[in-house]
Formats: sequence, C-alpha cells, structure tokens
Amino acid sequence: MSGALPFIAAAALLALLLGFLARRGKDMNLEQWTVGGRGFGAIFVFLLLAGEIYTTFTFLGGSGFAYGKGAPAYYILCYGTLAYVLSYFMLPPIWRYAKEHRLYSQSDFFVRKYDSSTLGVLVALVDIVALIPYLVLQFKGLGIIVEIAGYGAISSTVAIWIGAAVVAAYVMMSGVHGSAWTSVAKDIMILGVVVFLGIYLPTHYYGGLEPMFAAIDKAKPGFTVFAAHGQSLWWFSSTVLLTALGFYMWPHTFASIYTAKSAKVIRKNAIFLPLYQLILLFVFFVGFAATLQVPGLSGPDIDLALFKLSAKTFDPWFVGVIGATGVLTALVPGSMILMTAATLIANNLYRAVNPSADDRQVSQLAKLLVPVVALVAVIFTLKGGTTIVALLLMGYSFVTQLFPSLVLSLAPRNFATREGAGAGIVAGVATVAVVSLTGANFHNLSWLPPEIQDLNIGIVALVVNVVVLVVVSLATRGAAAPAHAAAEKI
Amino acid sequence: MRSIRWLAVIPFIALIIGPFFVNKAEPFVLGLPLLLAWIVAWILITSLIMAVIYAADPVNREDEP
Repeated sequence: MSGALPFIAAAALLALLLGFLARRGKDMNLEQWTVGGRGFGAIFVFLLLAGEIYTTFTFLGGSGFAYGKGAPAYYILCYGTLAYVLSYFMLPPIWRYAKEHRLYSQSDFFVRKYDSSTLGVLVALVDIVALIPYLVLQFKGLGIIVEIAGYGAISSTVAIWIGAAVVAAYVMMSGVHGSAWTSVAKDIMILGVVVFLGIYLPTHYYGGLEPMFAAIDKAKPGFTVFAAHGQSLWWFSSTVLLTALGFYMWPHTFASIYTAKSAKVIRKNAIFLPLYQLILLFVFFVGFAATLQVPGLSGPDIDLALFKLSAKTFDPWFVGVIGATGVLTALVPGSMILMTAATLIANNLYRAVNPSADDRQVSQLAKLLVPVVALVAVIFTLKGGTTIVALLLMGYSFVTQLFPSLVLSLAPRNFATREGAGAGIVAGVATVAVVSLTGANFHNLSWLPPEIQDLNIGIVALVVNVVVLVVVSLATRGAAAPAHAAAEKI
Repeated sequence: MRSIRWLAVIPFIALIIGPFFVNKAEPFVLGLPLLLAWIVAWILITSLIMAVIYAADPVNREDEP
C-alpha cells in the first residue's frame, strides 16, 4: 500500500465536496448554472480564468517542454501575458453585449451579432470539435498522474473513470459555481506545490538557480536560448502572436467572461493575471532541474519529467501531494470544458433545430448531456488512436479562426457580413485541417528565406480566413447590409 | 487620459520583438539566463503597465454596469 494514495483520494473527494457545496442557496437555472447569474466579482472571475489556464498540460506539459526543448517553452509565458493585455480592451465590450442580450455561450454571441443562427451552429460545431479533444487531454493527464503518483496502485483506466464521474457529478449539480469553488482548492495547492518544487529542486540538486542554469549551459550549450533555425526567434514571435489572439477564443474561456458582474472586474483582472503567469516559471525550473537529473526521457515521455524527478527526490506521501494537485489541475478545467460543451450542444445545436424550446428545457438538456459528453471523452481517451491526437493539435488553431469575425463585430459598423464571417471561418478551419493532416510547413518550401520558413504555419490559415472574409463580405454587402442594420437595432 | 491606453503597445514590442536583442544565456540576472530574465522582467512590468492604465482610465471611475 503506498503512502501516496490517500492524498490523491482526498483531492478527488475535496473536489466533489466543494463542487456540491457550491450549489447552496442557488436556484440552478440556465443563467446560474452556466454563467453564474452574471454576478461574479474580481476574485471569482480570476479563479475561473486561472482555473482554466492551469491545466494538466501546464503541469505535465510545461515542465516537460522545458525539460525536452528548453527555451521554446518560454512562449507559454509570453502569449498568456499578451492575451491579458488584449483582454483589457477586448473583453469589456463582449461582456456588455452578452449581458444586454442575455447570452450564454460564445456561439450565442455570433448568432446575435450576425443575426444568423446558421453561423451560430457553425461556431458551436467548431467549438465542440476543439473542446472534446481538450477534455480528452485532461482525462489522459489525470490517468498518467494517478498511475505514477500512486505508484501503480490504481491503473490509469480506473483513475479516468473515477475522475470523469466526479467531474460530471459536480458539474451537473453546480455548473460554473462548482468550477469556481473547486478552483479555490486547486489554486492554493498548485501555488504551494509548484513554487516549492521550483525553488527546492534547483537548490537541492545544484545549489541554486544560477549554478543550475550554468550547469545546463555547459552540458547543453544553447539550451536556454533560441536556436538559429527551427524553433527559432521567428518561430517564437509568430507563435506568441497567434496564440495570444486565439487565447480568449476558447469557448469555455470566452463564456467565463459572462460570469463577471461588471466590466471593471474584467479590467482589474488584466493587472493580476500576468503575475499569475509566473507560476509557469517555477514549473519550468522543475523541468530544467530534471534535464540533467533524470535524462533520457524522449517523445511523449518528456511529460513525465516532473513526476520522475519528484519520485526520485521525495517520500511517497509527498509525491501523493503533488499527485493530488495534479488531479485538481485536471478536474477544474475539465469541469469548465464539460459544462461549456454541454451548453453549446443544448443551447446552440438543439435550440437551433427546435427554436420553441425554452430556457428551462435547454437547461435540463444541458445537465443531462454532461454525463454523455464525459462518457464520449472517456471512450476517446481509452480507445482513441491517432485521430484524437491530430484533433488536439488542431484545436487551438481551430478556435483562433473565430478571432477575425469576432473582432470585426465589436466595431460600431461591422464590415463583415454573416456570409463573409461564415465563409472565413470555414476556409480557415479547412486550411488548418489540410495543413495539419498533410504535415505541411514552410520548411517544405526551400526557396523561402530561412526566417520565413520558421514562421508558425498557423498564420496561413488566419490569412486565408481574412482574405475569404473580406472578399465574401464585399460581394454580399450590398444585399445584406440594410437587413442586418435593422436587425441590430432591435 | 484615455491616451494612456497606448502604453499597452509596449508589452507587445518587448515580448515579441525584444527577444531578438537578448537571445543570450549570459550574463545571468538574479540566477536566470538573460533571455529568461528579460521575459520575466517584462511580465512584471506588463502587470505594472496594466495597473497604471487601470488607475488612469476614466472608464474605471464611472459606476457602470
């Protein structure tokens, strides 16, 4: 019997308990369940946003990225920071519009702005295709964490089933309130554990940060800076810019804006969220510490760096504490994704084919869909082969395609027509799919200058998207404009 | 004081273009390789810039919904 399991079990129970308690004193209608009655203050909005961002990917992937690749991991620190700067300007108008029109989802926003339920269906489909693999990633991470931190006492399959059941239960009960409350436990634990590991491990193994980086620089020259080619500075800059634009396009992140009680709450968060990014710095320290201490991990195994080094360093009970933190980093974002996916299906797909459905019916359906979506994700996690991995790589690029038509819709006079927006999104998403599935990148075009070759290929999809949007909007403008303007006034 | 919002351009320049000029491991700054130290410093400054914008921006003084 390992000393680690009680801690991991306690984390799952704590999440369940907090998730259930979050419901108290609230009538769980659609507005409460999915957007918290639009009454969250600065701290709850902070917790939600921070809760979604620090996922198993950050915990395992962030340290693994630093371990396996070095400097390219820095991009994760930068894009979030820039996205928060954008949020100060971009989110308040979105929030205000959502409040005025009582919107529940990202898809609703497009339906209203472009006066087109067809566009809403398209956006909902893009969202769901991006969200399910993201949920699968959380479940996969959860399985890995429990199996390793529990020293194999619980198989990853069992852990995934239990984790999915826990998260589905409290999402059904408490919706976004459950996510916010479990976020409290998660953020306290991740802050404590990651900062401790990030300071302790470099000190323990190297005598401090500077000796650690000096040793890495000696053993692997150039590991902490960008290479001249490949994942170079050009790759870094283009990737930071692209991912910063796509950041708030994730439907669960987008919908969490709706929970704010005022625009000020959102602007205030733009001050504090960049600081919270620095947790990642400590995650990177762990990864860097592991490069010379547990060398030899490669391929997907680099994500195990944090746990391999922890198991080598600490007693099993403390590995259990780290595992418990890891479990919470899977459950909290998992709950947001699950709720958002269920809301999108009920509110934007079901309601589109059945417009007479009222909020109560949609709300009931959304709650019933929670275990269904969780089950689908578990099946993909356990059985999914390469398809799900491919979708995962595309997810971020998919949602980024919503950016141009969203930003244009914030202008007082929207240049884009509904046809233009729809065509742009379809063209962008199709380009992402083709590029990802064929493995195309600029390196295949050897006549290009090396700097251009290193650029993130995602730029192509965004450019195609914008060109199609502009051309189709110009073509359809004359006919559509008056009707559109009239619809806006209502 | 709405023009103070233009300060928000600085983090983009510092984090997207800046690294081209500090892509070095040495000298170490507070134990960090120069490039990482630059990025961390700018995350802190970004938070500060957003605080200044928040304080100066008149929209945050109105009692708005």
